[in-house]
Amino acid sequence: MEPVLEVKDLSISFTQYQGGTRRRELPVIRNLSLTVEAGQVAAVVGSSGSGKSLLAHGILGILPYNSHMEGELRYKGQPLTPKRSEALRGREIVLVPQGVTYLDPLMKVGPQLRGGRRDAQAKARSRAVLERYGLGAETEELYPFELSGGMARRVLIATAAAQSPGLLIADEPTPGLDARAAGRILGHFREIADQGAGVLLITHDLELALTIADKVAVFYAGETVEEANASDFSAGRLRHPYTNALWNALPQNGFTPIPGAQPWPGEEGSGCPFAPRCPRRTEACVGEIPVRSVNGGRVRCLYPEGGERP
Amino acid sequence: MKHRLIFTGKKLIRMALLLLGVSLAAFLLMSASPLDPLQTNVGQAALGTMSQEQIAKLEEYWGVNDPPLQRYLGWLGDFVRGDMGTSLLYRQPVSQVIGQRLQNSLWLMAFAWVFSGLLGLTLGILAGASRESWGDKLIRGWCLLISSTPTFWLALVLLIVFAVWLGVLPSGLSVPIGVDAASVTLGDRLYHAILPALTLSITGVANIALHTREKMIDILESDYVLFARARGESKTSIILRHGLRNVALPAITLQFASISEIFGGSVLVEQVFSYPGLGQTAVNAGLGSDLPLLLGITVVSAAIVFGGNLIADLLYGVVDPKIRRGAARA
Repeated sequence: MEPVLEVKDLSISFTQYQGGTRRRELPVIRNLSLTVEAGQVAAVVGSSGSGKSLLAHGILGILPYNSHMEGELRYKGQPLTPKRSEALRGREIVLVPQGVTYLDPLMKVGPQLRGGRRDAQAKARSRAVLERYGLGAETEELYPFELSGGMARRVLIATAAAQSPGLLIADEPTPGLDARAAGRILGHFREIADQGAGVLLITHDLELALTIADKVAVFYAGETVEEANASDFSAGRLRHPYTNALWNALPQNGFTPIPGAQPWPGEEGSGCPFAPRCPRRTEACVGEIPVRSVNGGRVRCLYPEGGERP
Repeated sequence: MKHRLIFTGKKLIRMALLLLGVSLAAFLLMSASPLDPLQTNVGQAALGTMSQEQIAKLEEYWGVNDPPLQRYLGWLGDFVRGDMGTSLLYRQPVSQVIGQRLQNSLWLMAFAWVFSGLLGLTLGILAGASRESWGDKLIRGWCLLISSTPTFWLALVLLIVFAVWLGVLPSGLSVPIGVDAASVTLGDRLYHAILPALTLSITGVANIALHTREKMIDILESDYVLFARARGESKTSIILRHGLRNVALPAITLQFASISEIFGGSVLVEQVFSYPGLGQTAVNAGLGSDLPLLLGITVVSAAIVFGGNLIADLLYGVVDPKIRRGAARA
């Protein structure tokens, strides 16, 4: 079966003015590749500032005007042109954003859910979808500031589930929630995937992502460094040194930090952006790093763990 | 409801304190003024020909020799009892003078207020929604040009163009010259109010349009507009559904805050067009050392401006659900 979403060599850059007059292109995402299958939850995991949200905006075609996107996007086998993503967004491709600031502060929940429609059918539908997420009909009459954090998340999911999406993109849907509430919210995404949609979950929380994801793409400084199956993590089949470091930094896996910090956009050197922090680096790491398949996953590293040294 | 009443009560107390402060400041400035009321109102030549008794009488009339504190307290005592005193220049009760002039000015200011508000809001929304387009640049450039132009200068330019060169509008006054007061029509009054009202409107538009534009840009860059786009709403729908709704609150503030600017502008504009409104009377009262009249005008205009801000605050409570529902629950 065709994947719902294919992203191939996607690059997103911004035009920036330095000192008012000097223009420069600031690459934020470089050569990103990833696929999302129907019925699957694919997680994109990376720390803040790695360009994750822009991936969502790029797929939806709502990047800011001073940005530039290159590469190949395909939705259900057909190229996702700006025109097509405009036609599909909000219907076939839906977004679940971070939190309550994404709701109009002066509009009641009901009209926001219905997105401008006022007919009886739309009303019945919004009521049903609220009920599905455990929210009563009175929620429609509330303003966003009257919602709790968990309620706001469920309303946002309801906006997405009110359509019958082929692809759902969840952009950091859980910050500010305790582990149980976050788990419940993620459960809703699993459910939507089980009904046949592809779900792209963008998050910085590897641990939470692993509870529902089928596969995980790890993002570092605007690049995917590894695509792994969710089971690879607990089985110790990880390939990239950064993925390993991320995994070992979790409290239950030793809580081990590594020195250094992720480079800012535009400050990466040539070659592998993780090299300055990598225990396995050699001189060759400043050169071009190809993506290769290792143990059923893909990794952008010259010396992946579990792979043979060239 | 109770909350609303307490809120209004507090505001009224503040208004009383403000008016007290404003009247005192105006009085102190007047006392410190180097103008000698006798010399300005009677004239040096006339004074020279008068006897000492006549001069003493005049000095008493203008209150030259009374201690300042006594003059102020005397005025304040009468004012609190509802008596604004008698204008020294017009020899009429101050309330009557103000009432008459305010009527002239009010139409002028009301027109300028509504017109500049509507036009400013529309231009601001258009400019903000089509940011960096040629339309936006045109509107912004024009607004910047207008807001850096002094009001009186603009008034003079309009006067030269429409009254002198084209000769289609009168150059001043509120009624035609040489016509019996009884036979002045409403049309005559409107005809004479066009130029001053236009001047006031033009200067008011710039400020409101520029502020509205900034607000609109903020709104269009907000998370909720990004999400609306992600949900497939069109640009028009976003501006109508989210833009107008969210720009309404700052627009109310701007619109009512602009009352003070229009008031200030009217002083200059009425002076240029010799329009017998409140602004021109204020200038006459100040230059002519007419203390009761000046204090009266100061207090009345401060009260109107304060009233405007108060209405804005109260409207907020009606329009903003955070205040409306928050207050209902408290």
